[in-house]
Amino acid sequence: MSIASAPHRHWKKPPLIKSAWLRWSLGLGAAIYLALAFGTTEINWTRVWEGIPRGAKFFAAFFPPDFVTRWSEIAEGIAESLWMTVVATVIGIALSIPVGIGAARNIAPAPIYYICRGILAVSRSFQEIILAIFFVKLFGFGPFAGVVTLAFATIGFYGKLLAEDIEDMDPAQAEAVRSTGAGWLQWLNYGVQPQVMPRMIGLGLYRFDINFRESAVVGIVGGGGIGATLNTAFDRYEFDSAAAILLFIIAIVMAVEYSSGYLRRWVQ
Amino acid sequence: MLRIKGLSKRYRTGDLALKGIDLDVPDGQVMALIGPSGAGKSTVIRCINRLVEPTSGTVMLNDVEITTLGRGDLRRARQRMGMIFQEYALVERLSVMENVLSGRLGTVGFWRSFFRRFPQSDIDEAFRLLARVGLDHMADKRADELSGGQRQRVGICRALIQNPDLLLVDEPTASLDPKTSRQIMRLIKELCAERKLSAIINIHDVMLAQMFAERIVGLQLGAIVYDGPPDGLTAEALTTIYGEEDWSATIRKVDDETDHENIAAPELPSRHRLAGLT
Repeated sequence: MSIASAPHRHWKKPPLIKSAWLRWSLGLGAAIYLALAFGTTEINWTRVWEGIPRGAKFFAAFFPPDFVTRWSEIAEGIAESLWMTVVATVIGIALSIPVGIGAARNIAPAPIYYICRGILAVSRSFQEIILAIFFVKLFGFGPFAGVVTLAFATIGFYGKLLAEDIEDMDPAQAEAVRSTGAGWLQWLNYGVQPQVMPRMIGLGLYRFDINFRESAVVGIVGGGGIGATLNTAFDRYEFDSAAAILLFIIAIVMAVEYSSGYLRRWVQ
Repeated sequence: MLRIKGLSKRYRTGDLALKGIDLDVPDGQVMALIGPSGAGKSTVIRCINRLVEPTSGTVMLNDVEITTLGRGDLRRARQRMGMIFQEYALVERLSVMENVLSGRLGTVGFWRSFFRRFPQSDIDEAFRLLARVGLDHMADKRADELSGGQRQRVGICRALIQNPDLLLVDEPTASLDPKTSRQIMRLIKELCAERKLSAIINIHDVMLAQMFAERIVGLQLGAIVYDGPPDGLTAEALTTIYGEEDWSATIRKVDDETDHENIAAPELPSRHRLAGLT
């Protein structure tokens, strides 16, 4: 009856992978692959060594940044990037709302669910640069191709997160609205939307921020905006003007970042 | 008058939740549905307004056959049945007023409801109901700022503004303390009497069921095993519903609690403005 007489029972945290054989061979396999991969990577130290002073020279050419010489092009590029961002974010979010609702398993019937998930998968599987190259080929150089690229990428991002947020909602609240005899759109408006709204506003601002950064990238492949200006500056070896553009991009991204963070806290 | 005949529900998992239930609830009757977890209490209620589609059987509310209605007619039929939920099920980020007015969604068009432009008569009724439960000063508070008892009272307003013929009540006291539970149950009972409403109340707490319902139906494994008055719940009856257990405490306590309630009731703090609650 006494506690001391109870035999000691051994306890250890159970391993993640039960089979010892599988556990050890997985570990060993990973180690061998990693060793081989490192062995295959050729590192040419002399080239690294020669590259350092070149990099320093390149970097020095950035200073001092020149805001003046190409000021009108820079201002134009930034204004273009900003409107591209605004238009693409608004269009992208508007299009992603029906897709996102259709891609939420708990509220969409199976065929619509699969179609919408398909759209999201296509939109998400290509990086913005690849999309931009494709749309520039389709629509020619200029900001229109850039806007289409950013809007299309926004659908994948925003639609997927919207769908996931709807899937995570509290079904009891939605059921209660349904029990009052509400129509489907009313049910979305009263039972679903209030539950996902704060997060979606935050994500919309976040996407705005991403789209601005991406607008600089899509310009490099011909999608217009500040990226086009940046690319021209590099092509002309005007590194001081390029530095000015880069500083502008950093400043705007930081401004958007801080203001969106502030807005998101306010919305919550 | 609600008339249920041969109601069965088999879930897609293959579980037979209801095995052909027959149940009549006359107008103005407050009925408690008791039974162990998984007996099918929630399923019964949800089959009546077809939040869960019954597998077979018929549900008639005032000679309208609910089970065969199309979408539009089903919406109108749901308007006739107010539902009160476990854990309130208020839309937490909507205001108290929006939650109450959502009970009118079946009667207004989409754009009116989208812009929250409900008919003045609905708004008057909403304020009247909120005043009745002592919450009219909270109309613009967000639902998640309220306490449990307050939330459930808003839930009751949402159900009543539908101007229903029948209340479907699913575990209204599941997350409330004993005192608030009694207040809520008393409020439901009084409102049913005022409006000559009938109600089906799913409830775990046998004592509460006995205190506030005029008829008790016991459900076990999807079948009705008891149907009678509250004082007919003997130890044997409880054993048929829930299984073997020492029921002497449950049965004896009923009388004690009723006496206790009578003494305690006038002590309700007036600052809670529980108008008509006692």
